[in-house]
Amino acid sequence: MMRRILRLVACALIISGVLLPLIPQMVWSFATNWFFPALLPPQWGFKAWRYVLSPSSQVGEALWNSIGVAVLVVLLAVVIGLPAARVLGLQQFRGKQMVTWLLTAPLFVPTIVVIMGIHIVFIRYGLADTFLGVVFVHLIPALPYFILLMSSVFANYAIEFEETARTLGASAMRTFWHVTLPAIWPGLTVAMLFTFLVSWSQYITTVLIGGGRVVTLPMVLFPLISAANHTNAAAVSLVFILPAILILILTSHALDSNASAIGGLGRL
Amino acid sequence: MPLLGLQTPTIRHYVALFTDPSFATSFLLTLYLAATSTMLAMILAVAAAMLLRRAFLGSRIVTVIFQLPLPVPHLVAAAGMVLLLTQSGLFARILYGTGLLERPNQFPVLVFDRWQIATILVYLWKEVPFIGLVVLAILNSIGQEYEEIAQTLGANRWQRFRYVLLPLITPGLVTTGIIVFAFVFGSFEIPLLLGQRYPNVLPVTAYRAYVDPDLQQRPVAMAIGVVITAMVMLLLSLPLRYSRHIGKRK
Repeated sequence: MMRRILRLVACALIISGVLLPLIPQMVWSFATNWFFPALLPPQWGFKAWRYVLSPSSQVGEALWNSIGVAVLVVLLAVVIGLPAARVLGLQQFRGKQMVTWLLTAPLFVPTIVVIMGIHIVFIRYGLADTFLGVVFVHLIPALPYFILLMSSVFANYAIEFEETARTLGASAMRTFWHVTLPAIWPGLTVAMLFTFLVSWSQYITTVLIGGGRVVTLPMVLFPLISAANHTNAAAVSLVFILPAILILILTSHALDSNASAIGGLGRL
Repeated sequence: MPLLGLQTPTIRHYVALFTDPSFATSFLLTLYLAATSTMLAMILAVAAAMLLRRAFLGSRIVTVIFQLPLPVPHLVAAAGMVLLLTQSGLFARILYGTGLLERPNQFPVLVFDRWQIATILVYLWKEVPFIGLVVLAILNSIGQEYEEIAQTLGANRWQRFRYVLLPLITPGLVTTGIIVFAFVFGSFEIPLLLGQRYPNVLPVTAYRAYVDPDLQQRPVAMAIGVVITAMVMLLLSLPLRYSRHIGKRK
């Protein structure tokens, strides 16, 4: 009995802990003039949402930029990361530890330090202040997560099926499409989700490399928070969360059945 | 950086840094922020994972809610903490409503404060589910057998956790802890938004020097950057060696 009560309390703590920072934002986004000490807004309205929809707020443009950058980052991460993850997951070779360290180093070297160093290179190659430059710079923090998750997927992968398919005369392309891809698909969705979210949340990388020309959602939200513009910040926050939550719901099944891929983050 | 007309190598920026007392303050603050956030996140994550690994009525929905912060960006969490914790925030309003506060400034300063309380709470909110999910995945892959054996041998609940489960989850826990520590140690926007203006953490100091209109500040920014990286590497090499040691013993 005691244990059941304890469990109930713990569950209540988890639920309230998670939801508390989110609920006031939903209320604030529909409030007009909500001053201390009112517990609820005296006036409700769509002021903040009109702001979100107005072109001058740049929210629409930022939303498309954020989505565009994140999708490209995911695609490039798959192209670059999949072969690396496959080798790390399936094979043993000299210096493997070293290679793993190098590939995951961006997790440990602070992003701001990387940016300060690489900025000049981006300027030299004309990538600074461009959309593509932002995509490339997001790949730096995103790729290690993708590789870690996928190498763990490949570590539990039975390569024999591929060999069987090849023996039976399937081409390399056909084997990949009909054998490899279906086998790694659930893990791949999880890895792609993580990669998307890393790019989605980037702030300082976009600011410095995008030079203010490539506006993403964090860049709209940041000044609103620091100016304590609560209503508009709350509405933009919700716009910022929605796609992420949507993707999480779509992949929640894969997230559940793919505990082994997630466990890969704990293996280094 | 020849671009700025700086041609000769020098160590004077490092000398200047290490003799600057505000650098030491900033460094200690960064260390405190990263260590506190990581330790608390690891403890809470293990507790949550131990709770959620068993199925009970409603466990499914609690697990989903537990994972909810994962896709939410740090900035959104920061915006939420501002609405909750400032002296005119929701908590202050509730306390005022119940008559416990007479003036809003009696509410403790939790945002823009010296101790970065709001910053720590944002990191906990984000990283507990991250570590928790990894620990939960490891716990689920371990299965019941080890625990059942230990139970047969007379181990009580605490002993089963301390001597059976904890050693098994330690490598994963240490690795995710390292990822979180390095992330917090090097991250910048949340302390900038929710911390005291001065002194603030090293990445904020580095950023300010980097975007300073006085280009002579750039070498200082680079020096701070190198120091941050060196510190992270140094601080992390220890637990990693430890966890590998555990891994071998297993």
